[in-house]
Amino acid sequence: MSADTILSFEEAMEKYDPVLGFEVHVELNTKTKMFSSAPNVFGDDPNTNVNEVDLGLPGVLPVVNKAAVESSIKIGLALNCKIAETCRFARKNYFYPDTPKNFQTSQYDEPIAYDGYLDIELEDGTVFRVEIERAHMEEDAGKLTHMGGAAGRIQGADYSLVDYNRAGVPLVEIVTKPIEGAGSRAPELAKAYVAAVREIVKNLGVSDARMERGNVRCDANVSLRPHGQERFGIRSETKNVNSLRAVEHAVRFEIQRHAAVLDSGQPVIQETRHWHEDTRTTTSGRAKSDADDYRYFPEPDLVPVVASREWVEELRATLPEPPAERRKRLQADWGYSDLEFRDVVNAGVMDSIEETIAAGASASVARKWWMGEIVGRAKTADVDPAELGVSPQTIVELNALVEEGKINNKMASQVLDGVLAGEGTPAEIVEKRGLAVVSDDGPLLEAIDAALAAQPDIAEKIRGGKLQAIGAIVGGVMKATRGQADAGRVKELILERLGVEG
Amino acid sequence: MTDSNELIRLSAAALAAKLGAREVTSVEVTQAYLDRIAAVDGQVNAFLHVNAEEALAVAAEVDAIRAAGGAAAEELHELAGVPIAVKDLIVTIGQPTTAGSKILEGWHSPYDATVIKKLRAAKMPILGKTNLDEFAMGSSTEHSAYGPTRNPWDLDRIPGGSGGGSAAAVAAFEAPLALGTDTGGSIRQPGAVTGTVGVKPTYGAVSRYGAIAMASSLDQIGPVSRTVLDSALLQEVIGGHDPQDSTSLTDSFDNLVAAARTGNVKGMKIGIIKELHGEGYQAGVENRFNESLELLKEAGAEIVEVSCPNFKYALGAYYLIMPSEVSSNLAKFDGVRFGLRVLPKEGPLTIERVMGATRAAGFGDEVKRRIILGTYALSAGYYDAYYGSAQKVRTLIQRDFDAAFAQADVLISPTAPTTAFKLGEKLNDPLAMYLNDVATIPANMAGVPGLSLPGGLADEDGLPVGIQLLAPAREDARLYRVGAVLESLLEEKWGGPLLDRAPELQAPAIGAANTVGGSN
Repeated sequence: MSADTILSFEEAMEKYDPVLGFEVHVELNTKTKMFSSAPNVFGDDPNTNVNEVDLGLPGVLPVVNKAAVESSIKIGLALNCKIAETCRFARKNYFYPDTPKNFQTSQYDEPIAYDGYLDIELEDGTVFRVEIERAHMEEDAGKLTHMGGAAGRIQGADYSLVDYNRAGVPLVEIVTKPIEGAGSRAPELAKAYVAAVREIVKNLGVSDARMERGNVRCDANVSLRPHGQERFGIRSETKNVNSLRAVEHAVRFEIQRHAAVLDSGQPVIQETRHWHEDTRTTTSGRAKSDADDYRYFPEPDLVPVVASREWVEELRATLPEPPAERRKRLQADWGYSDLEFRDVVNAGVMDSIEETIAAGASASVARKWWMGEIVGRAKTADVDPAELGVSPQTIVELNALVEEGKINNKMASQVLDGVLAGEGTPAEIVEKRGLAVVSDDGPLLEAIDAALAAQPDIAEKIRGGKLQAIGAIVGGVMKATRGQADAGRVKELILERLGVEG
Repeated sequence: MTDSNELIRLSAAALAAKLGAREVTSVEVTQAYLDRIAAVDGQVNAFLHVNAEEALAVAAEVDAIRAAGGAAAEELHELAGVPIAVKDLIVTIGQPTTAGSKILEGWHSPYDATVIKKLRAAKMPILGKTNLDEFAMGSSTEHSAYGPTRNPWDLDRIPGGSGGGSAAAVAAFEAPLALGTDTGGSIRQPGAVTGTVGVKPTYGAVSRYGAIAMASSLDQIGPVSRTVLDSALLQEVIGGHDPQDSTSLTDSFDNLVAAARTGNVKGMKIGIIKELHGEGYQAGVENRFNESLELLKEAGAEIVEVSCPNFKYALGAYYLIMPSEVSSNLAKFDGVRFGLRVLPKEGPLTIERVMGATRAAGFGDEVKRRIILGTYALSAGYYDAYYGSAQKVRTLIQRDFDAAFAQADVLISPTAPTTAFKLGEKLNDPLAMYLNDVATIPANMAGVPGLSLPGGLADEDGLPVGIQLLAPAREDARLYRVGAVLESLLEEKWGGPLLDRAPELQAPAIGAANTVGGSN
């Protein structure tokens, strides 16, 4: 397959106006599956979390998981959607071996949530409203692994393995209305939108929201039209773009590719596209037209889902604060500058800082530790800062040791290493490693006298009122005590020794 | 001690009484039926699988509990030890389930249907699995992939369908009770043509979990028996809410046996459905129907006439809704996870081609016909005209029933327009075959309960005629009340059960019988 020609992004933007659309699938973290009592657990041995319903054996019937409906309503509410009073499931009929019944039980013309919106804040603070068409419930398919052949695709494979553990996992599919007017910020908006959805479902606690595990999956629709034209161009749908960065890159690539196709006078083909992370390009998938006939009809084995207004209001009352509002509140509470706060958010330590403050640290102390000590270590270890293994309590304890003068900052960093190495609590590590600040004035005075004697001219300057010169003496003392002295105390003692008022 | 030939002719209620009084053991009863199956099923072909070993083990267990006495014996279900046959559309652990199709030949379900769990809880020995039209699609049992079942009244005639196996087994005294499924008449029409009783309960009264779906919105499991009381007893065993079936009702249906024992219809209004008799109905059927009306009138019921004008669209709408659901429900039979797998004879081995070859080889013509019809009816551009319109008709039929039940407590009609026809007679004329269900389909379309009981023999051919009673949804008890009264009036007139008049099935020549294990 020859590589697609593309236009530069800038040139594409000069000539065309992009229209976007997203279908984001969110896997819910309910205990059991959408229509069966089999466990909904990721990562177990293939085909162990299945029962006769998931395998679509003859005679089985589905039963709707109430917890999944509850999660779906919460998602709908968080997306500012209306919640249908009653809605039905439908069967989407197609033959494919990852779908055990050869139909997917989904919602068609009666989604549980519809007509919502999400305000997306871009990095520079611009707010862009994305209209939500609908959020509907459905079941996930099994996972096919194509063996032999190239690229892990079914074409050319020798055989395929299927794992039905994922079959029947509850999904909510969130579909946007066409997103117009994003212009050159389309790729950025794409990433920000998916990030916002991921953040919302994580914040609601309804999904593990881990994109690398496929908990949140994005299909990105892109079309271009010449500036000034109202009618939409023909769209492509890039499937399974499963990281935030990839969403941005995929939209950008498709804009560039469409622009080149249109420039050559050819029509864009309506089709699905496969995303390739390695080359950051897409390739042609299957032709997709609006006439794909899934022979939808209402699922006769299920009764309608009824969401009484009381229930919806009960659920609304349990919703956590929306992430964007929460960020605004936290920044104000903590008194961080815009820059400081953005760094905290980008580093992914906002929640950790909040917990640390709740555990008793001040906002500035919490930030100092997370941004100064932990983020760097997490980067080295290639894990999320929150997963490094530092508890808010550890930080509070460490900070207390510093403030009490028992250890200094340099030692605190060593103690943190000890905590991460599993050596115990900060206090235990201070003890074990013998890191306590020397606070017995006897040895300190000896070292101070020695330092003063070694630098009599500096001692003289201090006596003369040039207090800033004290650093040289302090440095000498610290060197002599191998850093174990409390610099503050050293300073006091020097001044005492020289009879100078501090 | 009762002679085994007498034993097998007893009703389930009478058997239960004898078992309870320890006049007979369940092993004796079960063995008597197994012997009868061995003797006559070679001719009737009602059974696809005989479950002798397990049935006898369950019977022995019941006998041991009764012999030991005490609390365990007290707690035994009334029907404990009474054997039963099960339509082979209902999945069972320990026995194959074929749905009458090659595509499931040899398949064993790893789970029991809810009704099977209930039979096991009641400790009813399961004699085996009965024949049916493939996936319950047909009105003659000729569409079984395992050969037709024959009508015990005349072995050259059909036993009705799709549940011909269950009806014939009960009519031929191969079982006192059986389970059937009724999507458009598959319990009631075989009951009519074999001189037995069959009930389609209210939709949702009996769990469908484990009944291989034909048309989910129409299917219902129900009892097959020789008396109205026996069906009431059986429906109380298998009914009740099932959390595994979202369409199952939470109402209790524990007044059915009491209703069957009530014994009067005085002051009840019984409605004749104008559109379900007369033209198109065999004269002998019409005569027996009128005779039943007279008997009910004499017993104090008021006979009124009601009109259900939309019933004339029922058959057409049924043949859109049912195949639509069939096309989707049968998609799972693809050779990937269970059942038959056929590889294409030539060309590449892609998944689509394996699925195609499997379905081409595994399904019979009638099944394919309905899958194709349904696929077409659900297709974009046709959905509104076909499936959508048919759903509207369904609503109209429900309204007709509502109006009719405002005028009458129960409705009455012949169950089928004709008596049993000859094997092969309508096999190549699907439309003529479909017309057999014209009187039974409206109940499925509206979800209301229906019962068929023997109404006598048609004058012209001496074959059984069925009388159908219909009641409002959730009012199954009314069927049993009226049915039991009509049954006793008719039997009084005949001087005994109608099945006493069925010809004796001759023991076959050596070598022609099925061999059944466990015979003594």
